[in-house]
Order: sequence, then C-alpha cells, then structure tokens
Amino acid sequence: MILVLVETDANGAVEVSCETITFLRRLSAEGGGVPIDAVAIGELACSPEQLASQLASYGVRDVHHATGEAFASYGGAAWAAAVQGVRQATGAVVVSAAGTPRGMEVLAHVAARTGVAMAANVVAFEGLAPFTVTRQVVGGSALEEMVLDERPAVFTVAGHAVEALPAETPAAGNLVASSPEVGAADLVARVVSSEPPPPDLSGGLKSARVVVGAGRGAGSADGFGDLLELTELLDASLGVSRVVTSLGWRPHHEQVGQTGSRISPDLYVACGISGAIQHWAGCATAKTILAVNTDAEAPMVTKAHYAVIGDLHEVVPAINEEIRRRRSAG
Amino acid sequence: MVDVLVCVKRVVDSSGEVVLTDDGQSVDGRFAGYTMSNHEECAVELAVQIASATGGTATVATLGEPEAVEQLRAALAVGCTAATHVEADPAAFGPADVARELAAVVRAHEAEGRPHDLVLLGNDAADSGDFQVGIRLAYELGRPVVNGAALVEVEDDAVVARVKSPDGRETYRVSLPAVVTVLEGGVEPRYPTVPGRMKAKKVEIEQRTPAAEPRGSKRKRLLLPPPQPSDVQVLGKGADAAPAVVDLFEKLGVLR
Repeated sequence: MILVLVETDANGAVEVSCETITFLRRLSAEGGGVPIDAVAIGELACSPEQLASQLASYGVRDVHHATGEAFASYGGAAWAAAVQGVRQATGAVVVSAAGTPRGMEVLAHVAARTGVAMAANVVAFEGLAPFTVTRQVVGGSALEEMVLDERPAVFTVAGHAVEALPAETPAAGNLVASSPEVGAADLVARVVSSEPPPPDLSGGLKSARVVVGAGRGAGSADGFGDLLELTELLDASLGVSRVVTSLGWRPHHEQVGQTGSRISPDLYVACGISGAIQHWAGCATAKTILAVNTDAEAPMVTKAHYAVIGDLHEVVPAINEEIRRRRSAG
Repeated sequence: MVDVLVCVKRVVDSSGEVVLTDDGQSVDGRFAGYTMSNHEECAVELAVQIASATGGTATVATLGEPEAVEQLRAALAVGCTAATHVEADPAAFGPADVARELAAVVRAHEAEGRPHDLVLLGNDAADSGDFQVGIRLAYELGRPVVNGAALVEVEDDAVVARVKSPDGRETYRVSLPAVVTVLEGGVEPRYPTVPGRMKAKKVEIEQRTPAAEPRGSKRKRLLLPPPQPSDVQVLGKGADAAPAVVDLFEKLGVLR
C-alpha cells in the first residue's frame, strides 16, 4: 500500500499534492495496482467529504483524516506521528508527499523515526527491484539516482515532476476518521502563533500570470524605473535574481530562484539576467520565456523561447512606449 | 548566555556550469571553487548574533575533507570563536551518518564541560538537497527541532523562531536546548573584516575522527539532465525590437 500526505486549502488538495498522487499512480500501476491511501491532518479549510471526493477522482482508496487537540496547530513531529500511525495501521510500504517545505519536514521526521533513508525531490523512478528513484540535486541542475531498499520507502515528489491528472478510473475515496496517538515530546515544537503574510509587494510572484524579471543588468537600485513601468503595463509581478537582492537593490521576497520563489507564469520577461542555474531552477517551468540581454550567448538567452539582444535600458523603454502607442491608437 | 553550535558544509560553488567527476559520484569543484550553502551563511550570522546578544559563544563545526577547514575559517572570520572539524570523505556519509557525527560532537563537547544550548544548521545543503540532517540530529540528541526559520532569537530560556508558511508567518517558542534549521532571507550575512580574517587564521581547530562507520547515502550515481537544444527565436536587436515584442505580448494575450 502507498500512503501520501496531502496538503489542503479551501478548495481541497493543493495542486502539488494532486501532482504527487498522479506520480504515485504510475508507481502503483508498476507494482500491479497497489492501492493508494491519503492522510490529511488537522482542521481543514475544505470539507473532508469534498476532499475525499476530489481524491477519489485521483484514484485514492481511503482518505484518513487525523484530528485531535494534537493537531490544533502545526508541528512537524506531531504530523509525522499522525502519518506514522496511519502507516502502521495500513501497512504502507511507501510514504510520500509533495516536495513542499511542509512535505519535506514531515517526511524527514517520518524517516528519522523509522530509521530509513529519505529521498527529497524525486522526479522519476526507474524500477522496483531494486526501487531506484531519480531526484533533483544542486538546485535541479543535476540528478541523482538513489536506491530506496528499506521499508517504508520515504520520498517527496518535486513540484511539476508530472502534471496533475485525474485517474481514468476513480477509486472509492472512503473517508476514514483517525485519532493517532501523539507523544508529549512530539508537541514541544509547534506553532504558538501565526500572522497573515505581510503585504505582498512582489504582487503574488508565485501565482503571477506574467513576471518581469531583472538581474544585474538593471545596474543599480535606481535602475528599475522602466522595469516597474513594464510590470505595471503587463499587470505583472516583479521578480529579481539573487545578485539583485545580495546587492540590496530589491528585497529578498522578490527573489526568483533556488533559494527564492519558484515561479510558473505564462510569460517570464527576463531582463539583464544571465541565467545562472540557481535562477533557472526558479523559472524553468515558465510556459514562455523572453530574454532581454546584451549577451547573445548568455544561458538565459539560449534557453529562452524568444530573445531581444540589447541593453534593457534601451529595450524596455521602447517596449513601454510601443505598448502605450498601441493603446492610445486603439 | 547561550552557547551555539552552527553546522556548515563545504559545497561546490554551483553558480556556473555544473561538472561531474569521472566516476559520476560527485560534482567536480576543481574549477568552480567551494563555499558554504546560502542557508548556512545565514545560520552562521544568527549564531554570531545570538552569542553576542547573550554573552555566549558561537562554535562552528563541519564534517568534510581536509579542505573544509576553509569554510570553518570563513565562519571564524565573521565572529565564531571556536571550530570543530570531523575529517572524513563526505561522499561516504549520508544524511543519517552526518547527523550521528554531529551529535557525537555535541556530546563530546558536553562531556568536556562546554555544552551547546542551541544547534543551528542550514535548512538543506546546496549540493545534496537532502532536507533532513537537522531533523535527524534532533532525534539523535532527543531535542525539539524547528525547521526552516528565517529569524531566530533567544528569550529567557527559550528559542523563538519565525518561519514563513503558506498562510503567513508562524512563530515557534521552544525551550532550550533545541535544534533549528535556518532558511536564507531573514538576516544578511556579514562580510569578514581584515582583522577578522587575521584572527580566524590563528584559531586552533579541533580535529576529530568519525565516531562510526558510515552507512552511506544510497547514491548510485549523479547525472546531468539532457541538454535542451536552443530553439530561441531572436525578435531583434535593441529598441528596434519593441514592435515585435509587443506583437508577441498580444499573441500570448498578456496585454491588459
């Protein structure tokens, strides 16, 4: 049996959890149709019945909903105890989650508690005997083949490793109430207070349909005027490279890359960004990339779908002017 | 007074092209240089700030090849005052092995009368990206762990850690001793001063050997993703390309 930790919001399981289940369906099929169960923990923003129905369409047999005082606020160890309780009750030989901060944390706890290895950010599996997975390392610029020969096999699935797709044949999606035992030590480190996110000055970077990016080519903290205007004209979000935040030109929450936000917009306009692999790790899943750069051989240019060769301080004002001209004409 | 141990890892500077060693077992850093992970630079900064604010100490530790002393001296140059080097081939050590060796360092220091109230680590290493050494270390030591903190402060006998979450910002308050893994973005690592560098050179680094045989990382091999052929369409040069760019925007339907 395969067990997957699902993360939820008001609409049910989040997209990356659905991607993970889609990935696990392939594993299930390879193993001859091993059932997939899910575990959701704590008070949910959606209704449990709605979640079970949604997960049934993705091929999940049972949805274990762990509730109780122990889960009134988030704690990695308590959540791991819940996952472990369901795993033991169901005899799951695979435990998985999406490669989100929470998924990584909870599964690392599970792996530590059960004394087995954990593979983070898996993108593929090669075979079952031995069970060999391929995972992203070095920020996604290299891959590692790793054998998971212990049980349970514990791994997280990298975001966008597969596209989330409902199952051809829905499963039962039974809602199963669960009240796992949680030890006192598991409740020591948990959230004592939370506050809403500060105003997102980056304009919802992670969910933006269009992102205007800027790198060292901006030249200085004062070099963003035209870029900000383009951002406004396109109703986009501004994203920057690490060098821009390191130099203090823009705040860290605008950073795109391995240690910043990972974005998947319909269009990424990357201006004056050379395309170091750490930055590429954060924008590689953009549907269309337009690079503006003086260097025709820069990695961002050669990897882009479209490019303009030139200084962003000449190109971007001209684009802004052309947009304004067409609007006034039109 | 809080005595902090901050754990770092020598990793290849991967800001350029990634090259693998001939045996496919590691990233070849001969031409790229080495550094510590970005998260760990922030962990070092937090360790130094906490030690300074509480009148305590900041000790840096690493498991790695002899050259990893370079990363220890980098931490000493920005304010750590002691360093421990567990000399070993890091490729032979998986996350569980590293956690066990770091726990052995904590216990050894405790036995010598210099316990560490707080252990800080990076959230994950820039090379292996395992996301688990800090949590495994906490289990080895029987301590609570907070993961992915951007800001870490000590108030009375507790560590207060602030973590960004999908819903905003979450605060944890955990009694010491504890383990916290640090995510880049909460503090700016300071640059070493010339006197700092000079002082770091003189610090005697404690040398240790691994406490146990490693079980390994389960790695079969590393490989590079297949190169993507460039099919970039150049829309033009300089300002003259603007009409073609806006045509593209219209085609993609992204103009308001």
